[in-house]
Amino acid sequence: MSERIHPIASLLAAIARGISGVQVQWAGCEPDDRQRIYFANHTSHLDFVVLWSALPSEIRAVTRPVAAKDYWEETPLRRYLAENVFHAVLLERGSPGKAKNSDEAHFVGRHLIEDMASALGERNSLILFPEGTRGTGEKIASFRSGLYHLALRRPDVELVPAYLENLNRILPKGEFLPVPMLSLLTFGKPIQVVSGEEKDIFLERAREAVSSLRRIGPA
Amino acid sequence: MFEALRDPKLVWLFGGVLSLLVISSVIGSILRNRQKPGTSRTTIDNLNARIRAWWKMCAIFTTAILVGRVGSLILFAILSFLAMREYMTLVPTRRGDHRTLFWSFFVIMPLQYYLIGIQWYGFFAIMIPVLAFVFVPTSIAIAGDTEHFLERAAKIQFGIMVCAYCLSHAPALLLLKIPGFEGQDARLLLYLVIVDQMSDVLQYVWGKLIGKHKIAWRVSPNKTWEGFLGGVLSATALGTALWWATPFTPLESAGLSFTICILGFCGGLVMSAIKRDIGIKDFGVVIEGHGGILDRMDSLCFAAPIFFHLVRYYFVP
Repeated sequence: MSERIHPIASLLAAIARGISGVQVQWAGCEPDDRQRIYFANHTSHLDFVVLWSALPSEIRAVTRPVAAKDYWEETPLRRYLAENVFHAVLLERGSPGKAKNSDEAHFVGRHLIEDMASALGERNSLILFPEGTRGTGEKIASFRSGLYHLALRRPDVELVPAYLENLNRILPKGEFLPVPMLSLLTFGKPIQVVSGEEKDIFLERAREAVSSLRRIGPA
Repeated sequence: MFEALRDPKLVWLFGGVLSLLVISSVIGSILRNRQKPGTSRTTIDNLNARIRAWWKMCAIFTTAILVGRVGSLILFAILSFLAMREYMTLVPTRRGDHRTLFWSFFVIMPLQYYLIGIQWYGFFAIMIPVLAFVFVPTSIAIAGDTEHFLERAAKIQFGIMVCAYCLSHAPALLLLKIPGFEGQDARLLLYLVIVDQMSDVLQYVWGKLIGKHKIAWRVSPNKTWEGFLGGVLSATALGTALWWATPFTPLESAGLSFTICILGFCGGLVMSAIKRDIGIKDFGVVIEGHGGILDRMDSLCFAAPIFFHLVRYYFVP
């Protein structure tokens, strides 16, 4: 759906690259225009833009971020950035948990997976932060189950782990001015759900795939 | 722009640098071709990579000097920024240092270069050692995290001192009003950089050729007495031979270039100790492709402020 890159998106990507001085390493796979879900650790507002900017531009044009609806629809500017500039897939964060009973939770959860699956469509890729929220960078929180269900729903899509290092020091949660330190972004080897694999085991394995890409260690 | 080219002595200096680069490139390729297949090539590949990097650095530096005072100032401001970026990335800081670091990068460092630009010597000399010294620990204290407080304040202050304050003394040479040397100050900056960097290069070359006895093997296994003495003496000889480009007599030039070489060595040694402490080999190695600006500048960081003050004390009335 988003074949053309919005000029503001390109501008923000260039700024994010400059501020983060990011060095990109494709350690487990190569850039490819096949459909993928890039999933990474989440510590900073820069995470998505830096990861997105690291992709070649023809892949960038079909790669959309998955983001929290409550946050990104709060102000007109955020809404504009999310919807028009980056064509984000906005989801109701944590809503299965808020449901009155497990049936309803199941229903809402299914709904979110369907939203992501239809955003993938025929040719799009997604950028997903399965922790669901930004952490401090010391350790990666446990993953939400969306990644697992989406992987089962779309087994044809490659799951690529990525580790964003040092961005928590460049623009941590709660700050709005960045410190221009250097950062690293490592793409790892794609993973798959093994047939019959249980949800929690897969999610832990996915988390491990991300954290094993850490290169310098905790700051 | 390019007014500098009307100064024949400056053109001679540039010509000298250019011929050195050509000669070293020729030597580099001869060594590469003479290498027997199958033997280890790392030293020679490393040498050729260094020579290529030198071509680029000299091109950038020459352009900056040709643009004039503002060009040199902007170049050194960028070098300070890149050096400080490498330093702060690798030195452990905590979340509570964030705003202090923001100020260091975007206010203190640019202000230091702005003060050179407006030629306000008095403020330039005290801004970081006095004002930033008070500001850094205060702003960390306000952020409220007291864990490792003294270490964090000291590490940040040291980084600002080395990367912004010390390095800024190189372009600050353009502030000095030496009688009879008006309008030729670009050569003084070039002299400092040539002697300092050639001292590094010659220490490396002498060390590779005849180096045996280690000076401080715990800190820097590559530094040997042979490399040190050979490098310092030959770079001092080079500096002495360049007296015609400076306001100095040959004897003064010998003394000053010897000082530059010794201090350059001290800077390299101190930075090696810091790298050892953090647990890395080069500031540029962990972040590949970001070339280790601080690894190149470490000797200049120590040589520039002392050279500046010696010249100011003895040659500026």
